[in-house]
Amino acid sequence: MAQSADHVLDHLELFRGPEYQQMLADKKMFENPRDPAEVERIKQWTKTPEYREKNFAREALAVNPAKACQPLGAVFVSVGFEGTLPFVHGSQGCVAYYRSHLSRHFKEPSSCVSSSMTEDAAVFGGLNNMIDGLANSYNMYKPKMIAVSTTCMAEVIGDDLNAFIKTSKEKGSVPAEFDVPFAHTPAFVGSHVTGYDNALKGILEHFWNGKAGTAPKLERKPNEAINIIGGFDGNTVGNLREIKRILALMGIKHTILADNSEVFDTPTDGEFLMYDGGTTLEDTANAIHAKATISMQQWCTEKTLPFVSEHGQDVVSFNYPVGVSATDDLLVALSRISGKEIPEQLARERGRLVDAIADSSAHIHGKKFAIYGDPDLCYGLAAFLLELGAEPTHVLSTNGNKAWQEKMQALFAGSPFGQACQAYPGRDLWHMRSLLFTEPVDFLIGNTHGKYLERDTGTPLIRIGFPIFDRHHHHRFPVWGYQGGLNVLVKILDKIFDEIDKKTSVLGKTDYSFDIIR
Amino acid sequence: MSLATTQSIAEIRARNKELIEEVLKVYPEKTAKRRAKHLNVHQAGKSDCGVKSNIKSIPGVMTIRGCAYAGSKGVVWGPIKDMVHISHGPVGCGQYSWGSRRNYYVGTTGVDSFVTLQFTSDFQEKDIVFGGDKKLIKVLDEIQELFPLNNGITIQSECPIGLIGDDIEAVSRSKSKEYDGKTIVPVRCEGFRGVSQSLGHHIANDAVRDWIFDKLEPDGEPKFQPTPYDVAIIGDYNIGGDAWSSRILLEEMGLRVIAQWSGDGSLAELEATPKAKLNILHCYRSMNYISRHMEEKFGIPWCEYNFFGPSKIAESLRKIAGYFDDKIKEGAERVIEKYQPLVDAVIAKYRPRLEGKTVMLYVGGLRPRHVIGAYEDLGMEVVGTGYEFGHNDDYQRTAQHYVKDSTLIYDDVNGYEFERFVEKVQPDLVGSGIKEKYVFQKMGVPFRQMHSWDYSGPYHGYDGFAIFARDMDMAVNSPIWKKTKAPWKEAAKPKLLAAE
Repeated sequence: MAQSADHVLDHLELFRGPEYQQMLADKKMFENPRDPAEVERIKQWTKTPEYREKNFAREALAVNPAKACQPLGAVFVSVGFEGTLPFVHGSQGCVAYYRSHLSRHFKEPSSCVSSSMTEDAAVFGGLNNMIDGLANSYNMYKPKMIAVSTTCMAEVIGDDLNAFIKTSKEKGSVPAEFDVPFAHTPAFVGSHVTGYDNALKGILEHFWNGKAGTAPKLERKPNEAINIIGGFDGNTVGNLREIKRILALMGIKHTILADNSEVFDTPTDGEFLMYDGGTTLEDTANAIHAKATISMQQWCTEKTLPFVSEHGQDVVSFNYPVGVSATDDLLVALSRISGKEIPEQLARERGRLVDAIADSSAHIHGKKFAIYGDPDLCYGLAAFLLELGAEPTHVLSTNGNKAWQEKMQALFAGSPFGQACQAYPGRDLWHMRSLLFTEPVDFLIGNTHGKYLERDTGTPLIRIGFPIFDRHHHHRFPVWGYQGGLNVLVKILDKIFDEIDKKTSVLGKTDYSFDIIR
Repeated sequence: MSLATTQSIAEIRARNKELIEEVLKVYPEKTAKRRAKHLNVHQAGKSDCGVKSNIKSIPGVMTIRGCAYAGSKGVVWGPIKDMVHISHGPVGCGQYSWGSRRNYYVGTTGVDSFVTLQFTSDFQEKDIVFGGDKKLIKVLDEIQELFPLNNGITIQSECPIGLIGDDIEAVSRSKSKEYDGKTIVPVRCEGFRGVSQSLGHHIANDAVRDWIFDKLEPDGEPKFQPTPYDVAIIGDYNIGGDAWSSRILLEEMGLRVIAQWSGDGSLAELEATPKAKLNILHCYRSMNYISRHMEEKFGIPWCEYNFFGPSKIAESLRKIAGYFDDKIKEGAERVIEKYQPLVDAVIAKYRPRLEGKTVMLYVGGLRPRHVIGAYEDLGMEVVGTGYEFGHNDDYQRTAQHYVKDSTLIYDDVNGYEFERFVEKVQPDLVGSGIKEKYVFQKMGVPFRQMHSWDYSGPYHGYDGFAIFARDMDMAVNSPIWKKTKAPWKEAAKPKLLAAE
């Protein structure tokens, strides 16, 4: 017996002891296991070009896709508005999943309700669920706004949100003037970034276009403010705060649309804040008057930005700006649109990032990377790697499309370090596994699920993306802007140096290269 | 700190009743009427907890429950390691349930084991419009080609499957034939079925019956020589290794475990279970169905047991041994004796730090009652408990064997109710899930996730009890809980925004 009260062994150590190892070995005979030689043969076969070819010929099966479904994005964007309760119309299990998923990443509460549709609703439609659901949510959680989206169940049976919300109001579920914006967010179209886009557009449409026919449409009276849209982002807490800091330094009047940087980072002080921060409803309505709207992530706002543009604003989009040039472009655009100068402090921050890169680039230059994640994240990180003289050899985005691929390839074509790089839209992490075997790289950048790739292929994983469940608190730090670029640089360097140390720490064998100065 | 320890039973009862009344005030009348049936103060001597259960959740209240898919793919089928489980439908369900349950296993992942892979048919609009059976056929072919060592495949239906009229049973039959009788199991666990995870468990159990047991050749050669001491562990999902720290005790007392359902389990183990002499059932809620079926069809008796905390472990070991001869009965005594020094040392170390501390629970299958004994072994008291998806038979077991007089009972509790209860009762510890964890920690209340063991475990068996005790101590006695208030601010009473 290995367990002891003095030194309590948990799962990490307990099962490695001889008693448990023997037990697990004895269990094998009941499992009808495959011949170990056959397991080894197949394992080696999965690493071959032949397997890669079969793997890439897949047409129907997805294995370890790096994308989630629309309503997750809708919930993410909805909580970025003041006092807003996301309400997802459809099966209730979905909402349990979104809440768990967001809580596991942010280590924060995630509040959201479901209309809990069951079999009878599948037959008769979910109108009664909407009527009761809105009334209950309104009374229990005292929201300032309820933002409705849909699960695939409600979409398949064709529930009409506009009509349902109207009827619910007529039945007195919520006051007639209470804000209930909505968006249809079918899980079988696009991904969570599509849901972000649809839900945000739904909210802006509600406030700007006359609240579903219940109020006059707003008339735009242009002012000097700029709207910022962050997009779906695992680093939303750090990134939006960094953007706000930059805008404050530049003295630009602004509205962050869907500012969820507070609600996903509330203090522990004895009080649970179901709602915290967020774009006020007044600011959301007034955002129509802004001079321009800037999207930090093009593929999160493919419908929202044209909608904003139709209202007469300038619109500009970026692709998850990480590093020197991407931040330069952002600041120049901000300056151009606002007419404000870029302050010396930001120039100094830029200089410091360039300084840091110059100090360290010898360790990154020429290294090969694989990246996967949401389309904009991939673009932003790949652009930064090129700037560092590294090669983003494989860039894979399960929810990237052909247009994304073309834009990525154009990025590669524009850099001497991008010549051997390739973008893979619509592929999953089992494809990535093949790539890492047949065309190996030095490092992998991705979310928590990349740890399976790291284990299988030995490619060290640098965790940037969403979700990140198995490392804590990184989402609190920005990756955008010069400060964010520095954070990403350090993350990459730490991994590079740790790997060198790991490879050179065998006494009597690798005493060389185990350097204390680098 | 705890109110419960300083008041009489009558006072606690009155307070709890008042608390329920107060909570119900927030609801529209219709909802209040419905919710009132799910909340109660337990009365000693009653045969159940006096609450309605296994009823539809009310829209919009922030129920904590999940769905039938979660019950089937996430709980029952997902842990079977040598089978590929397809999340059939759109991408989300499989994504959110990917690797999050911690049902440990050993195997060459991606080659002969598949638990922590996310296989999905990733439905697109055209699959909804034209039906998904063609895609499913292709998915099955691609799995066969790329994962040739899989021992079987299950099709875990997501909501759209049942709504668009796909015939996954027909696809399963024809593909099974094509692949020489390969086990392919269609599971109708669409998320809109039933009222919670619970129906998903039942559907998954029935799928084992129909698509595995019913296809067994009655006189098939056994893969191993049977012994009089063969048992199957039913309803242990090996969270953090729970089934392993249970199996080791059963084997030490002289039994032979021929199958684990379903943590670290395999298709061969499922198929072998009709040869067991006794099925021992941990999670009654999720696997009583198949246990009853095996009793009826194969004449295998089953018994419930509880491996949380030394009191219940010893009781359970003796109960299980009661089905066997003296050799096993002596084995049980030997095991209890062997671990007594560990138990004594754990209790000596942790009980003084935890004595008198109060706990509120809200969990799934068996834990709202099963862990009460383990807390009591540490001198702690459970003052409130409830089931996410329990049925009346769960509440009967709870009332008859576990909870004390005046315990607050809440079935299918929602965010609002649970926060109010905790705010008023002020327990020293809350044990619930990931969705609740950060809410209560923000309020300054120590918390342990009691689904995933908060990434710790195992908690089953004697080895697990040591970990359980350590974890409860580190939660309750973490120094950080003394620092939630800034020293320059007055200690304010925790309050909820929603309650203002």
